[in-house]
Amino acid sequence: MSDTTKDRVIAIIAEQAVLEPGDVSLNQTLEDLGIDSLGLVESIFAIEEGFDITVPFNANDPSDSDFDISSVAAIVKAVESLVAEQHA
Amino acid sequence: MRRVVITGQGTINALGTNVPDTLEAMREGRCGIGELEFQDVERLSIRIGGQIKGYEPEAQFNRQQIALYDRFTQFTLVAAREAISQAGLTFSGDLATRSGVVLGTSGGGMNTLDENYRSVYEDGKNRVHPFVVPKLMNNAAASHVSMEWNLKGPSFTVATACASSNHAMGQAMNMIRTGMSDVMITGGSEAMLCFGGIKAWEGLRVMSRDACRPFSANRNGMVQGEGAAVFVFEEYEHARARGAEILAEVVGFAMTSDASDIVMPSKQGAARAIQGAMKNARLNPEDVCYINAHGTGTAANDKTECAAVADAFGHHANDLMISSTKSMHGHLIGGTGAVELLACIMALREGVIAPTISYEEPDPECALDVVPNVARDVKVDAVLSNAFAFGGLNAVLALRKTA
Repeated sequence: MSDTTKDRVIAIIAEQAVLEPGDVSLNQTLEDLGIDSLGLVESIFAIEEGFDITVPFNANDPSDSDFDISSVAAIVKAVESLVAEQHA
Repeated sequence: MRRVVITGQGTINALGTNVPDTLEAMREGRCGIGELEFQDVERLSIRIGGQIKGYEPEAQFNRQQIALYDRFTQFTLVAAREAISQAGLTFSGDLATRSGVVLGTSGGGMNTLDENYRSVYEDGKNRVHPFVVPKLMNNAAASHVSMEWNLKGPSFTVATACASSNHAMGQAMNMIRTGMSDVMITGGSEAMLCFGGIKAWEGLRVMSRDACRPFSANRNGMVQGEGAAVFVFEEYEHARARGAEILAEVVGFAMTSDASDIVMPSKQGAARAIQGAMKNARLNPEDVCYINAHGTGTAANDKTECAAVADAFGHHANDLMISSTKSMHGHLIGGTGAVELLACIMALREGVIAPTISYEEPDPECALDVVPNVARDVKVDAVLSNAFAFGGLNAVLALRKTA
């Protein structure tokens, strides 16, 4: 399950970054990947749709949101916990 | 060059159903933002807005009119009635052909769209009311104003998202200046507070769930409002000859395009519009005492706007006042510049600067005098009104006391 979540999140981010999933690594930031603010809200939308979850995120203050977007690994971890929480 | 003055103003918005009530609310720093009430609101994550509560179409219009008027058209007509009545104009003969109407709106008949999509998609109905198209079209309000008051000159609608009203009023000013018309009914209207309207905005994740706090360090997004404001712009000599009361003079206008991003604002584009409006008005930066800010309460707008003002005004930026009345009436999108012009006229006529309410924490990136929380008594001679739209389209108006 964990690997699958990771792979699916990476696939979503890779699509936004116009990269192959293999070119996205866990320690990269969205900025490293060239994803801007619109790309970010689109990625979050794709994550919500893909995992059938609601992601708490306000573009006005990303750091204040419970959803950590500081790196690809952080996003994967946040999605895993939201899936666990909301599908429990 | 022909001069342009304002001889009538009207409004309906979350702060009041006319100009005196609205200005009183602005003087008192009252908040018109509250819980939204409409069908399916429980399916929204954003549930606050500057909604006009207790509005009854039946008290304003007959049944045939209501069948033809979307909410944004109704608001326009209510505001136009007040403005034209104050101006004391009757449009007939040559004056009718020398007068027109140019209004701003972004969504047009959004409630009509929402209701009818719900009817055909959700309720599965296969028939809609025959007036859906004439109700929802963006120019419906302008056309009904022209019909109601017999305005036969240049008339159209401007849709540039959050700058629609300012663009419309800028056109109205230029049309009178250049001799295309003598009187223009202008301003704007918006009625986007319905399920589909808010659901679309939710998607962008720029809306606040609790309050609109422009320039405050803890601001967390914009809050929508609804309503209209309408003005009578009139050629100066025409107004003087008939002894009309002049509320203010519209002395300048400029518009620019960022040509950069569909949602993120640009400091350069905003600063060029501000400088352009001052140049067009032949105002020096030191002449401007007050700016009604675009001030949406989003992280991006407010800091960019403050940086643009600092660039455009240099050291004088620290001496002027800049407030966002969106904190009280919400963001009326295509109608917002029109409602905000009321605050500009109040500043010039009454020497009262409307505050930025819900202001809680200073933000070093918005280090200007934002007139926090409480209105201020200051005599001012010249003011600007900013509007910066999604799509990077900027429109700034300059007003001054009539000499």
